[in-house]
Amino acid sequence: MKILRNPKQKKVLYGIGLILLAAFPFLITNSYYLHVCISIGVYILLATSLNLVTGFAGQLSLGHAAFYGIGAYVGALLMLNFDVNFFLAMIASAVVSGLFGLLLGLPTLRLRGDYLAIVTLGFGEIVRLVFVNWAEVTRGPLGLPGIPSPSIFGFQISGRTAFYYLIIVLVLLTLFVMNRIVNSGVGMAMQTVKIDEIAAESIGIYPIKYKLIAFVVAAAFAGIAGCYYASYIAYISPTTFVYNTSVTILAMVVLGGLGSIPGSIIGAVILTLVPELLRFMSDYRMLIFGALMVFMMIFRPEGFWGASKRVKNIYKIKAGGGKNGSDSGDNQRHN
Amino acid sequence: MAQILETINATIKFGGLTAVNSVSITQEEGEILSLIGPNGAGKTTLFNLLTGVYRPTEGNIKFYGEEITGLKPHERVDKGISRTFQNIRLFHEMTVLENLLIANPDCHRESIWEAVFGGRKLRQKRQRVVEKCEGILKAIGLEDKLEELATNLPYGKQRLLEIGRALSTDPKLVLLDEPGAGMNSLEKEELSRLIYYITTDMKKNVLLIEHDMKFVMGISDRIVVLDHGEKIAEGKPEDIQNNPLVIEAYLGKGIPEDDDD
Repeated sequence: MKILRNPKQKKVLYGIGLILLAAFPFLITNSYYLHVCISIGVYILLATSLNLVTGFAGQLSLGHAAFYGIGAYVGALLMLNFDVNFFLAMIASAVVSGLFGLLLGLPTLRLRGDYLAIVTLGFGEIVRLVFVNWAEVTRGPLGLPGIPSPSIFGFQISGRTAFYYLIIVLVLLTLFVMNRIVNSGVGMAMQTVKIDEIAAESIGIYPIKYKLIAFVVAAAFAGIAGCYYASYIAYISPTTFVYNTSVTILAMVVLGGLGSIPGSIIGAVILTLVPELLRFMSDYRMLIFGALMVFMMIFRPEGFWGASKRVKNIYKIKAGGGKNGSDSGDNQRHN
Repeated sequence: MAQILETINATIKFGGLTAVNSVSITQEEGEILSLIGPNGAGKTTLFNLLTGVYRPTEGNIKFYGEEITGLKPHERVDKGISRTFQNIRLFHEMTVLENLLIANPDCHRESIWEAVFGGRKLRQKRQRVVEKCEGILKAIGLEDKLEELATNLPYGKQRLLEIGRALSTDPKLVLLDEPGAGMNSLEKEELSRLIYYITTDMKKNVLLIEHDMKFVMGISDRIVVLDHGEKIAEGKPEDIQNNPLVIEAYLGKGIPEDDDD
């Protein structure tokens, strides 16, 4: 990965990547491919946000789909019933989902490991049951149809291409925010909580605070993903936000690599693409999928792009005043 | 000399076991105080009471005259107490520099807002934090290893790094739990130089647990001896060496000739 170390080449690579992403709808006009790309984008939002909780703060959460669902329903209901602009609805989705993250986190983040996983699992089920049973608002299992498309300054976003560009913007925004959080004192504190809570406390870090931050931020971004999804599909029902979705998102995070943002992207791409590619053998698709996961965990338990590839020296400041050692340090780090 | 640390009848019971029984100790500003005692005497438990890992069943703990008995561990770090552990608890998957960075309060108190939108000001603050940590790395002799993962350091260096991490919180009092354990004699010399550096140059106080008698007698200004959770002696190293109660605690009763250690 030495090419990626050079900042100039890195910029060029990023530039080429961006151009390719922007040109994609012109190169490939098949709307099915665009749909797959949009799905990947939504899952990148969900996987990177869950990675903050599970990969960086080390808290196993099995209820991420609940925040996704809350975002979707809040966004959809605001747009349908109150004619709220999509972007305002999206902010509201983020805020409400984040609040639910806080509500769930406050009493439960004292629990560890399996216990927390069970509580989050329960939370996910409760949220789904509310969607099903609160029929006067959510129309229950019938779902909410006819969710409007977004519009910016009178310009209506409709059609797959427009939605494709919208999700690209959202993904870039999310990646930017996540990157900044992870490579900061806050992100580092989260990782100390994951590694050793007692040691973290011994240097003045209050573990619950950082777990809560991770939970709330992750929930907010899942809410954004939900609102986007609602507007894109134009119809939501409780069946989308089930336990299975939570597990899929978690699988993306683990397969890609816990505690690594590029890992989450890779995980989201692979776990969205593989089931699509295996569609021709629909009967055995999940079987092969499962086998793949098992092999992966045996041969690469760290995931495709695990935390060992993370940027060392999180502050990205060359120590030693940048005079010496920075080059050699760079090279030996990534071998 | 001002009194910095005081425990008043600190007691902790685990079920029927009284691990620390009504221990009162004091530490004066500027002195190196050592806790010694046979295995299971309650030294580390007392440390855990001082740092807030355990709450005392009875008794109080005061730091610079302020009551801190009810404070959580991280709140005590804010007051100026930091520690190392008997079994090293570094952040092994992080680099040497990161281990110190994260202990600096300016680093982990960054707000999420600052982290996402911070610009030049944040960069300058971070630069200052890095410089501070480099200073500490020089003091512990790891300035050329800052990009090394903590787990790849030799054992003795890991101990030093843990002390460095404790110093990075900018404490007034550093509690060292067996800092010399597993070190060879050369590393121990380095360690005692570091402890003197901490007390004289950095003007911080040190309270330590140690088993190596030669080391303890050489470095301490005053020693407190615990046995079975109780304080059995207290005084200058030479007084402790000749205290019959202490000899008895370590070697047993009835064989007066047997004092070769």
